[in-house]
Amino acid sequence: MSVIPLPASGRTPVLRAAGDSALIVELGDGIAPALNAAVHRLDRRIAESGLPGIVETVPTYRSILVQFDPAVTGLEPLGQTLLDLAAGLDTAAAEPQRRWIVPVCFGGAHGEDLDEVARRSDRTTAEVIDLHCSADYRVYMLGFSPGFAYLGGLPEALHQPRRENPRMATPAGSVMQGGAQAAISPIVMPSGWHLLGRTPARTFDLRRDPPFLLAPGDRVRFTAISPAEFNRLEALPGFVPPSETVPAAGKEVAA
Amino acid sequence: MTTHLRILAAGPSSTIQDRGRVGYQRYGVSVAGAADPLLHAAANILVGNRPDAGAVEFALAGDSLTVEGGPARVAVAADVAVTVDDQPVPAWTSLRLRDGQTLRVGPLRSGMRGYWAVQGGFAIQPVLGSVATHVRSRLGGLDGGLLKAGDRLPLALDEAPDQGEATLDPSLLPARGGTLRVVLGPQQEYFTAAGLAAFLGEEFTVSHEADRMGCRLNGPAIEHARGFNITSDGIPLGAIQVPGTGQPIALMADRQTTGGYPKIACLVGPDVAALAQKRPGDRLRFRAVEAEEAQRIHARHRETLDALPGLRRSAGGFDLHDSTRLLGFNLIDGAVTGWD
Repeated sequence: MSVIPLPASGRTPVLRAAGDSALIVELGDGIAPALNAAVHRLDRRIAESGLPGIVETVPTYRSILVQFDPAVTGLEPLGQTLLDLAAGLDTAAAEPQRRWIVPVCFGGAHGEDLDEVARRSDRTTAEVIDLHCSADYRVYMLGFSPGFAYLGGLPEALHQPRRENPRMATPAGSVMQGGAQAAISPIVMPSGWHLLGRTPARTFDLRRDPPFLLAPGDRVRFTAISPAEFNRLEALPGFVPPSETVPAAGKEVAA
Repeated sequence: MTTHLRILAAGPSSTIQDRGRVGYQRYGVSVAGAADPLLHAAANILVGNRPDAGAVEFALAGDSLTVEGGPARVAVAADVAVTVDDQPVPAWTSLRLRDGQTLRVGPLRSGMRGYWAVQGGFAIQPVLGSVATHVRSRLGGLDGGLLKAGDRLPLALDEAPDQGEATLDPSLLPARGGTLRVVLGPQQEYFTAAGLAAFLGEEFTVSHEADRMGCRLNGPAIEHARGFNITSDGIPLGAIQVPGTGQPIALMADRQTTGGYPKIACLVGPDVAALAQKRPGDRLRFRAVEAEEAQRIHARHRETLDALPGLRRSAGGFDLHDSTRLLGFNLIDGAVTGWD
């Protein structure tokens, strides 16, 4: 299908047909903050534009899957509209973002792999915790299971391959790292990622409205808490961590 | 007391399904929903429900259940033997069951999945806008699980009214062949010309690893041109991904929302259900169509779905004590009339 360059950045959005009721708008390839920020800006514009026939969109690292009702619209007209929206994106101006301050009880029974991650990265556990709490994570996308957010921004010093032997069950609220990424597990699930700590916040809780804590495009910072504070917060029904609005900056920080 | 259906024995993979959970894929929530929306709609229409109401989807064999309270009106849409209190009754026909009567839905004679619906639907709380069961994330249905013996399914309608029964001739439904239509892409450039030729030219067999999430196919290895990893992106219904083994996997109703294998093609809408009805060992081929043709196929399929209520015919006042009369009913003869 059509390929039209995106003037502001020189990137080339590509439209890809995905069957009779979906298409993919690809803004680039790979995992990069500025690229992902453009994805979420375009996704928001699609939502705000109220285009007829759009069923839902799935924003990912570098693309958006747009599912549509072919009785209302079609690949060609919708594709052209999406390209027009992408071409009009102002990539220079970032928009305000939501940043969650997520409390984490690191190490011990809450984070069984913290010591090993420290040993492998040739650092003390205190240094590993400091590195984690200094990082400004970005929710690149959600996938895999309800509420599972892929967090980019793990300091390079902590990049490590996944566990050779995945665990069959890791507790809900586990703060983990795998490869170059971090995550908070929404529910009990199997995982080969390293467990650093646990948060009393649940990223997926059907008793809460909305049930999802993190949305694509959000920011996350971790803050260390004691086991006693963990117990206190976990006892609160439907604990939601604090959040702040990150004002619109001139340029997307290429962290 | 509210009317319930008590499950006496469940089929190997029976779940409550509607048209699925729409709007939450961005949060990692799978869509789920009926694997064969046409038969799902047929079961609902036979009992006078909306075509997208919650109904039970079963695989290979159906369920046995008893009415507690009632009466309750049910209908089975599948090529299957059905009994009420051990007396044979026809599928594709609604029946009014009294308190204590037992419905048994046997093994499928053809196809992989069938449906039974109950008038008024189930009185269960939707989760994220849908009652569709997604077993892997334990969402929807009854506590997110497969139906099992002992389950009590509460009904929204306490007493099914005494009204005429409806029937539908399944031979009027579109036939499903062994050739499935696809639109190439979104990542066909990840495959060599030989890989694409094998995909479109050779025969594939449905493997035993086929369920509501994905359908693995066995056939010639499909050659990759540039590795088999992409930066994870969204997965539409019916996408066919090819992992490192070169053996394709079609992604079905319960598919994961995102994935990192290149997708060689996507099935056109109605052919996703055609694949969902194939059994392990069944053979198939793929045929590529242009996206515009795929949209025309989709539109025609939509017309078929919309016309489904018009295929209902009156089965007359159906009396279980006179089931032989209905079994002798010629379902093909006569004008197709509305039921209402």
